[in-house]
Amino acid sequence: MLNQLSVFIENKPGRLFQLTTVLAENKIDLLTLSIADTKDYGILRAITRENERAVEVLKEAGFTVSITKLIAVEVADEPGGLRDILAIFEREEMSIEYLYSYARTKEGTAIILMKVEDAEAAVRILQSCKVKLIDSLL
Amino acid sequence: MTGYILDKTETLSRGELAALQSERLQKTVRLVYDNVPVYRAKMEEKKLRPEDIRSVEDLHKLPFTTKQDLRANYPFGMFASPKEDIVRIHASSGTTGKLTVVGYTQNDLDVWTACMARSMAMAGIDRSSTVQVSYGYGLFTGGLGAHYGAERLGAAVVPTSSGNTLRQITLMKDFGVTHLCCTPSYALYIADEIRKMGLDMAEFELRGGLFGAEPWSEAMRGEIEKKLNITALDIYGLSEISGPGVAMECGCKAGSHIQEDHFIPEIVDPDTLEPLPYGQTGELVFTTITKTGQPLIRYRTRDITSLNAEPCACGRTTVRMNKVFGRSDDMLIIRGVNVFPSQIETVLIRAGGIEPHYQINVDRVNNTDVMEIEVEMTEEIFSDEVRNIEKLKQKIESMLYSMLGVTATVRLVGPNTIPRSEGKAKRINDRRTY
Repeated sequence: MLNQLSVFIENKPGRLFQLTTVLAENKIDLLTLSIADTKDYGILRAITRENERAVEVLKEAGFTVSITKLIAVEVADEPGGLRDILAIFEREEMSIEYLYSYARTKEGTAIILMKVEDAEAAVRILQSCKVKLIDSLL
Repeated sequence: MTGYILDKTETLSRGELAALQSERLQKTVRLVYDNVPVYRAKMEEKKLRPEDIRSVEDLHKLPFTTKQDLRANYPFGMFASPKEDIVRIHASSGTTGKLTVVGYTQNDLDVWTACMARSMAMAGIDRSSTVQVSYGYGLFTGGLGAHYGAERLGAAVVPTSSGNTLRQITLMKDFGVTHLCCTPSYALYIADEIRKMGLDMAEFELRGGLFGAEPWSEAMRGEIEKKLNITALDIYGLSEISGPGVAMECGCKAGSHIQEDHFIPEIVDPDTLEPLPYGQTGELVFTTITKTGQPLIRYRTRDITSLNAEPCACGRTTVRMNKVFGRSDDMLIIRGVNVFPSQIETVLIRAGGIEPHYQINVDRVNNTDVMEIEVEMTEEIFSDEVRNIEKLKQKIESMLYSMLGVTATVRLVGPNTIPRSEGKAKRINDRRTY
């Protein structure tokens, strides 16, 4: 499993710019980034090279931040690669809250990052199915 | 140490009190008629002469005074004493227009200090106490009022004034402060800062607090008492009448005792201005009967509350005012329904994990009033899943609907984006145009 930052972003001009400025000024490198958005606010989800320090500097800058545990799965970068993983979830009736992919990886594979309801149970089952789990993007 | 009765005047029989009030009212009416042109004009308009006022029974015959009168006679037009007898001048900030000025003679400062001392005795303050005054010192009456009252009782005063919260907390802990005086919203802010600093209330000597200058709810009292581990009492006052200490809650927490030997209270219907009987809710009106610098006759406070004349378990015989429910000028009318900020505050505290900092935005869209409450997203309520946040939003919205009877939408905003105040919180942003 690996850590992801979740940040509350008020839907107001300049908030995302402020957040990236804080990270840039503290020389924190982003590895992944995705945003779930609603009418009034968004939830920014990101993995950085230094998550703990990122939490610290963002809180200091006045952001509401939390750390979320994600499961990272390596899949074959070919048609049906993600489907094979989802088939396991389907069979085991495990639900996924959200997922996104990470592209910058070695030739022929991709990484799927997902938040699931019961992370420990999911890890156990995925391991028993010989799925390759990743603990760090670095 | 629990509260005690400082002055036997607080326990006079109702008959003795009425006799004292009648005598003092007659003197005050004569004083303003002779010295304040506005009052003479107002009384002449009603064909009233000072001798027509023989007892408190005649109070209703007298004209009202409003904040507008004070502004129109800025700065010293309401003084009933020569300028050389005035020893202090306070002014309260108006949100619009001119300041409201209050001049005090030495007698008036003595009356005010006596009322504050009685109030602080209700909270158990005595010579062994250490009192931190975190109300602003200056033109606002909170700081100096609490200061002189505590000194009169022989307590040690720590005059921190407002601001620099970290230093406030350090001194509170290091000096073994037993009682805190500030606005209830600042008390909560201090409590949250203490928690952020990782300090435990067991490291403090704090036992009680006198909180006022803005309306607050029972729910907010619960929150302050729990977080600071103290007894939180409501103190009421307004600079026009004298300052804090016009009324104060005793340890029974069942309404604030009005210092009736100095200030006669009435409740009137804010629309018709007809006096209402005890128990009914309306606008609170005061007549000062011992002040000489700037006595006020039937001054409309704009505060909405009710009076309770039942004897109190503490032994005092004075009439009690219930918690101020809102202000007649703070009251919002949303689609015909009266809404007070205190009701919204109660909901937010009950919902749990939410900062009691909020802002009410009111707009008019397609000829319909639309109310939106901005609430700050805190770590306690944050989730990284949209559906959890939406669930919380809907929960608050449905609680608001059952409390108010009108729909209000909740908008979640970033932490610390709603302005904090160390004085009175400004919570309403009414953008309606008609």
